[in-house]
Amino acid sequence: MNDLAIKISHVSKEYRLGMIGGATLREELQSKFARLRGKEDPNLKIGQKAHTKNERFLALDDISLEIRKGERVGIIGHNGAGKSTLLKLICRVTTPTTGEICMNGRITSMLEVGTGFHGELTGRENVYLNGAILGLTKAEIAERFDKIVEFSEVGQFIDTPVKRYSSGMHVKLGFAVASHLDSEIMIMDEVLAVGDMAFQKKCIERMRLAAEDEGRTILYVSHNMQTIRQLCSRCIVMEHGKIVFDGDPDKAIELYLPQIGEEQYMEKWEFAPNQISLHQPDAQFMLEKFQFAEKNGFDIPQGSDMHFFLQVRAKQDSDAMFFRIIYYDKEDSLLGMTDTTTEDFRLKEGENLFEGTCHTAVLAPGIYKLRLELCGYNRDGEEYLDSAVDRIVHFHIVENKEYRNLRWHHSWWGECDFGKMSIRQLRSGKTFSS
Amino acid sequence: MEDQQWDVVIVANEKKVKVDWKGLRNSRDLIFLWVRRNFVSRYKQTVLGPAWALIQPFFTTVVFSLVFGDIAGLGAQGVPNFVFYLSGTVIWTLFSQSLIQNAGTFVSNAGIMGKVYFPRLVMPIATAISQFITFAIQFAFLILAIVFFVIFGEGVHPNWYALFLPLILIQVSVLGTGIGIIVSSLTTKYRDLSMTVGFFVSLWQYASPIAYDMFGRRSLYERRLAYYFYMLNPITPPINMFRYGFIGTGEIDWLYYGISLVTTAVIAMIGVHMFSKVEKTFMDTV
Repeated sequence: MNDLAIKISHVSKEYRLGMIGGATLREELQSKFARLRGKEDPNLKIGQKAHTKNERFLALDDISLEIRKGERVGIIGHNGAGKSTLLKLICRVTTPTTGEICMNGRITSMLEVGTGFHGELTGRENVYLNGAILGLTKAEIAERFDKIVEFSEVGQFIDTPVKRYSSGMHVKLGFAVASHLDSEIMIMDEVLAVGDMAFQKKCIERMRLAAEDEGRTILYVSHNMQTIRQLCSRCIVMEHGKIVFDGDPDKAIELYLPQIGEEQYMEKWEFAPNQISLHQPDAQFMLEKFQFAEKNGFDIPQGSDMHFFLQVRAKQDSDAMFFRIIYYDKEDSLLGMTDTTTEDFRLKEGENLFEGTCHTAVLAPGIYKLRLELCGYNRDGEEYLDSAVDRIVHFHIVENKEYRNLRWHHSWWGECDFGKMSIRQLRSGKTFSS
Repeated sequence: MEDQQWDVVIVANEKKVKVDWKGLRNSRDLIFLWVRRNFVSRYKQTVLGPAWALIQPFFTTVVFSLVFGDIAGLGAQGVPNFVFYLSGTVIWTLFSQSLIQNAGTFVSNAGIMGKVYFPRLVMPIATAISQFITFAIQFAFLILAIVFFVIFGEGVHPNWYALFLPLILIQVSVLGTGIGIIVSSLTTKYRDLSMTVGFFVSLWQYASPIAYDMFGRRSLYERRLAYYFYMLNPITPPINMFRYGFIGTGEIDWLYYGISLVTTAVIAMIGVHMFSKVEKTFMDTV
């Protein structure tokens, strides 16, 4: 017995760019006549070349993919990479241009939960209708009805017309129906965008259990890396209609997220004016350069600190300024801050070069971004922000076997590695009596 | 391993058009729930509710009786105008609504069809069934009118041909739905058609014996050539049958009734074929 749930072989999907045919019969005839007479098509936009109208665009380009039963596959990629097109083909909403898709088991798509909800109908009626659209019979829905209502947290509003629901309730009810269908393959496209955090967590938990305990196959598209990490056991990165990576979610996310190609890993940054955000009307001080002190300094072994040079241009002397670095992780979550004292950061008119070291030993392997800030104190002693370079500088903490021989799991342990704690054995080997 | 059984196989550019009959059979509940949805959503937040189903044919009948019956004198000889026009309006409403409501299937349901798969024919079937709810209300009204005129008036003679009712209803509904889904399949590409449907249907009404009695028109009935063409209109024979059975006016031409049945079957098949062909890729064009 083969345990594949979905097998996609050499699937492409082609779209014609621009308008498909004419918008109306008249326009189509007009265009045809114009082309026959060798004249310019009156329905083309100004500047549009005749051939662009028939230009083709491959939304999916020769994709082959096998998904086993019980796998939780995340699909990530930039807008237009073909993720949603792939899901639409699997859901049978549209058909591929070439290739073949084989599937086993019933498919539930949650491309947009709550589609098919009718505002005038009550929650109860909509549950039945939605369930039926997703392929259940009435009896099967009745069996699951109580569980659905409980999960949706809609409670006493179940007999209220859905048009009176909040958008959160709408989504909750929709998800509750879709997730209780017990279909073998579940497809979700960014469905958890709405709904509060607690519910989001509940949904992910529910999907994970469905996959682990009940052997359901899950396909999940999202831009929220956190949820991909929590839910998926495998992750596919798509780019321009192709699969560019297929494997471990952490690696996939690393590949996709920063989009910091090799060339962008730099030892030295010279900031262009448009990269600097000024927060004071008259720019007296300017961050000019940031440079890692060592060669390949952007690769910092785990457990080490970061050494850098910083160049600041000042139009006047100042001893009320200081420099601050704010750490972000690769998903742009704030991590922490470090700064200098004003004494260490005296600025003289002209160029000022500093050498610095900041703590990075506590960071787990991964990519981090830095926001560099020039700050100062005004006459009243209040802190203000002068200018900043936001998350352009980034570096990579690389695994360091000597420091910690371990594969770091961001989804389990977060972004900080506090190293070994100190612990001391007080007693052992006997049963203690207090 | 090689000969694994797949539940669903999607092959690109299949030339053969397959109709998902199995899926359709499994979707009976969906059809039923969709009919209910149509009904509830149509009459919710209206004061009169389903009474609207009566108001429309009632006033149409009154106006037809006055304008075409009394003023123009186009009604059937010896038959009360009200019953004559009501019967025509009721059966025509079933036909025209089946056609018009189905003509927008793809465009108006694009939202939901673009998100989930279900056998697409569920939609036109549900729409067709929905029309029977309206029809039932109107038909009950017609029966009341017939009973009234049988008891208190004259000229109304229901007979055993009324037993053809199920066949007539199925044919009228299938014919309307068939044309409707042909239009809806074409509308995915040419929106023009959605503009013309209403207009086209109201013209068609004048090519059918709704506003006048064709058997009282010598031009139609006695000049045989005109009659041949006139009777090719597939909706005419079932209307005649309906009126003959319930009112006892006109006559039944079995040859043309047969032709009409065949035409209906052909249109239905073309409709299902076109619909099944368009449903696969219409999301890319809508």
